[in-house]
Amino acid sequence: MLKRHAGWVIAAPATLAVIIFLVLPVAATIGTTFGDPDGLFAAYADFFNSGFRRNVLWRTLEISLITTAISLFVGFLTAYVVAKSPGRLKSLLIIAAVFPLLTGVVVRSFAWLIMLGKNGILNNFLVAIGVTNEPLSMLYTQGAVIAAMVYLFVPLTILTLVGVLENIPEDVVQASASLGATPAATFRQVILPLAVPGLIVGAVLVFTGSFTAYATPQLVGGERQMVMGTLMYQRAMVSFDWVGASTIAAIMVVLTITVVLAMSRMARRLNPMAT
Amino acid sequence: MMTSRIHPLLLLSTVLVYIFLMGPLIIVFGASLSDTTYLTFPPQGLTLRWFENIFKIGAFRRTIVTSLELAFLATGLALFIGIPAAYALNRYRVQLPTWLSTVFVLPILVPEIVFGFSLLKSVAVGASAPIFVALLIGHTLLVLPYCVRVISASLASFDFSIEEAAVSLGSPPIKTFFTVVLPNVRSGVIAAFILAFITSINDVSTSLFLTGPGISTLPIQILAHVEQFFDPTIASVSVLLMLLTVAVMAIIERTLGLTFLAK
Repeated sequence: MLKRHAGWVIAAPATLAVIIFLVLPVAATIGTTFGDPDGLFAAYADFFNSGFRRNVLWRTLEISLITTAISLFVGFLTAYVVAKSPGRLKSLLIIAAVFPLLTGVVVRSFAWLIMLGKNGILNNFLVAIGVTNEPLSMLYTQGAVIAAMVYLFVPLTILTLVGVLENIPEDVVQASASLGATPAATFRQVILPLAVPGLIVGAVLVFTGSFTAYATPQLVGGERQMVMGTLMYQRAMVSFDWVGASTIAAIMVVLTITVVLAMSRMARRLNPMAT
Repeated sequence: MMTSRIHPLLLLSTVLVYIFLMGPLIIVFGASLSDTTYLTFPPQGLTLRWFENIFKIGAFRRTIVTSLELAFLATGLALFIGIPAAYALNRYRVQLPTWLSTVFVLPILVPEIVFGFSLLKSVAVGASAPIFVALLIGHTLLVLPYCVRVISASLASFDFSIEEAAVSLGSPPIKTFFTVVLPNVRSGVIAAFILAFITSINDVSTSLFLTGPGISTLPIQILAHVEQFFDPTIASVSVLLMLLTVAVMAIIERTLGLTFLAK
């Protein structure tokens, strides 16, 4: 009896911990959004009827999509060079990407606060070379949030894609070259399609991460660039509107899970190595 | 992959990307040494007084202690339940359904900020648990996926017939686990510990709703401090955190190798 269920018994504490402390509380949060006496979806109608909150949702989507596109593009080009680098240099380049990745979000966002502030290095530089006479206010703009978010996610896309690019068999690349393809054609027709599953994984990580981010938009974007994460905090802890905050939470969960499912489906269909 | 020549423009862009990655952190380092009451780079004058200042501020002293306690306890708890889970997932692969491993991905799939808020509602307010307990639960689950994943990766290359040999020679199963299985995945356990530890120390989104005037963690305290003061203290706290990152990287390099993170 015990033997037949040994696996279950041993995995039980961790499994139960996830179910009791994560699945149930999150389900309860989502559940409360349907408890409005005015109707099942009243909380959502409330959210979408507010022009301000709709704006926040669109802004968050826009920031996340732009961040994802730039991070993937930059990460892919860099990972391509890293994957092709000789041993020693490759390790060094990987270490240089791991360091920011393991440095906290707060520290990395704070760095942008120093750079973009009125006394910041970027302003001093712009004034020094005469581009502008007075320091520009670059903080609290959408561009600032995107720059800081790209900074946050590029190490992740580099590391994800280095792994993928390294796994591309050398024979395939050589075969393409020996059959007469130019390096550019090999890149476009062989390497890029083989990297698609990795690009999709990267896209999911960056998009869901930036859609639900809090610290970076809070520090660099402030009240003026309110996004879903900062709006949720404000609803819950400043306005004590817990149903409103839960509604935002539910939108985040649904969107995250939809993106993950859709992208993993796409990854399976687009994977040229799949049978 | 084949080592053919790389286009010079591509090389240039890579150099720029690495300047982009390292530049801001170097600026933080420089700003932490500046002998000015505001943040600036390059530093004007050199001083270590902002590092001293960290420990003069009670809120920093307290939150550093809380963050360390939390990281050690949460990582310990996560390993305590995560190692058996990783073992079961590998050893009883045939017996257990495939969705079970998905359960341990959930803490990564669910947005952290949603998880933190839900813990506030269910555990801190609903079950009126002390804030520290809610934080501990939050951080334990936050780091659990890292523990399960890293240790699973180590166990995947472990030959379970060694364990069976020990058991068939009369060694009790639990003793076998500690004397045969665990020593074989030692580097995985160390790497999992260290990855979990740094994740807990750096966490913002899970802790965000679970802190208050009475208790807070270091990253949340940093956020609060930045909103009121713009002096180099935060830059020096950041440098301390970066030194911790360096230590963490050194340990990962000695256990799994840093290239493990590029997989």
